[in-house]
Amino acid sequence: MKLISKLIFTVALLITAMPAVAQEEAMSLDETVNAIFAKVTGPFVNLIFAPLPGTSFPWIVLWLVVAASIFTIYFAFVQLRFFGHAISLVKGDYSDPNDAGEVSHFQALATALSGTVGLGNIAGVAVAVGIGGPGATFWMILAGLLGMASKFTECTLGVKYRNEYQDGSVSGGPMYYMSKGFEERGLPGGKVLAILFSVFCILGALGGGNMFQANQAHAQIAGITGDYPGWITGLVFAAVVFAVIIGGIKSIANVTEKIVPFMGILYVGAALIIILVNYDKIGWAFGQIFMGAFTGLGVAGGFVGALIQGFKRAAFSNEAGVGSAAIAHSAVRTKEPITEGFVSLLEPLIDTVVICTMTALVITISGQLLIDESTGLYMLDGSSIATVDGNSGVSLTSAAFGSAISWFPYVLAVAVVMFAFSTMISWSYYGLKAWTYLFGEGEKSELTFKIIFCIFIVIGAAASLGPVIDFSDAAIFAMAVVNITALYFLMSIVKQELKSYSARLASGEIKKFNH
Amino acid sequence: MTTTLVIGLDGQGSGDRALAFAKDLAIRIGDCELLVVYVIEWSPFSFQTAEENALRHKRREAEITTAHERVVDPAVETLTSAGLTARGKVRHGDVADTLNRICEEEKGQQIIVCRASEGGFAKRIFGSSTANLVMSATVPVTVIA
Repeated sequence: MKLISKLIFTVALLITAMPAVAQEEAMSLDETVNAIFAKVTGPFVNLIFAPLPGTSFPWIVLWLVVAASIFTIYFAFVQLRFFGHAISLVKGDYSDPNDAGEVSHFQALATALSGTVGLGNIAGVAVAVGIGGPGATFWMILAGLLGMASKFTECTLGVKYRNEYQDGSVSGGPMYYMSKGFEERGLPGGKVLAILFSVFCILGALGGGNMFQANQAHAQIAGITGDYPGWITGLVFAAVVFAVIIGGIKSIANVTEKIVPFMGILYVGAALIIILVNYDKIGWAFGQIFMGAFTGLGVAGGFVGALIQGFKRAAFSNEAGVGSAAIAHSAVRTKEPITEGFVSLLEPLIDTVVICTMTALVITISGQLLIDESTGLYMLDGSSIATVDGNSGVSLTSAAFGSAISWFPYVLAVAVVMFAFSTMISWSYYGLKAWTYLFGEGEKSELTFKIIFCIFIVIGAAASLGPVIDFSDAAIFAMAVVNITALYFLMSIVKQELKSYSARLASGEIKKFNH
Repeated sequence: MTTTLVIGLDGQGSGDRALAFAKDLAIRIGDCELLVVYVIEWSPFSFQTAEENALRHKRREAEITTAHERVVDPAVETLTSAGLTARGKVRHGDVADTLNRICEEEKGQQIIVCRASEGGFAKRIFGSSTANLVMSATVPVTVIA
């Protein structure tokens, strides 16, 4: 609760301090926002990304990888064993026609994906490859495959312990399985974890689900129109998001939800075309990915640097273990909570293993990353790999696509804006659910959060990439710290569900419906 | 053996003509049960926001209640007050598929619908529900002009 008060205070401080600081130091508004923001979030970021003693390896990355590996082993490679069944569930093979009209498995998956597929796949991968080299892609894919088990665990629990209200609406997510699941098992501390998770979820919604999106959307638009102050993009975005989440103008959200999947298909299609046109470089690109994964190929920090970047950006992109998907999947009314777990394990596969890999391959193949031909190693510009025009983040991806399809940066700009908007809408809901868990449901409480959410859009667009990306990562990983702790205590419940479901599926008790 | 006739209504005025035809046919047949069906067009493969998902069950219940109150129950009332055996059903789904599936489930002998109410661009691209039903139904379909 204190953190929330501090957060509100910080926002108020930022707004009131802006003009005075700007006058005194003759800084631009963007620079002022950036300076204050970096100072305020610095300690939190440093804590989350603190290295393991005596190494440069952030403890949080190890935390995520170990958890995903434990879940993979504990559930005996559920992501492989039930992959086909997950596809059948999404196709609706096991859906009772009498339940038509309820949220389908496909819809829950698509909604959760619209919150994850987006800038993480475009800008995040560029950051990973730009710092960690193509080798980061290997670790990203591995993290995606392992992360499928984390997603399975959290989404099963999300549906099992959600709240169903008398009016038929539902609220679910880690905060509910923490409080109800721990109580059911007679464990103490569930409520404390739920409160902590909710606080971090609000920060995550404001960071990765909001500021990072606004920031990179601005970078993309400014890259095409020419540079202009970020707060202008921020204000426009804030106004549109305000219209949807406060004004209730559903038509904007509806249009976005329909355009975003097409944008996703267009993006993957363009990536595939570029890869196929450069088919002679595919072998070389995979060679760079595998060699870079274990040697680093000259990147800062060597192969550990590639590994850290790969895991970090995979977690940021697919959010496995973070707990956000559990909120999205809770809306499905199913008699078998575990079915939603099976469906959710497809998310890291689609998001990371397929889409992120496409982006990484295009960047690698495009030759945007500069290589010293005499050594075969990547050339460095500070701690990042030097690029053709000094691009990083989304502009690196844009340049990579643009080098093969000259007009694609324009399409990408539209896609980035749509992805950013769609992710913001999804995360405004996740943040809101955490907020209402802390402060109760009610119009005033909800309006407060929504206004804070819109203010952070302006701050995110105005701040520079470095502090925003650090805070976004830190906030989202902080959610994973609490969520994974809870998952360790509750994973035996998921195992019981898995055992029971597997037995009934094998015996034919659970069967397909004729559609 | 009782004959079951399925009447598909779309909430438009033309539904009255389908209802009148079915009523007349049922009287001629004698031992006949009429099943009035209203299908709410819905696809499990559409895209929704998280908030829409959270409220979906509530909205589904409201949609079913509204369809019963405004379309199905008055139609059943009209038929039963004429001394016929009738009941109603509301389902979500693809109109043509769902009508046909219900008819199969209820072992119906015929589906009676009114002419397509869709028009314009959507009809040109996707075809009308009536046309789709006529093409895909596994029982005879009577389309009332």
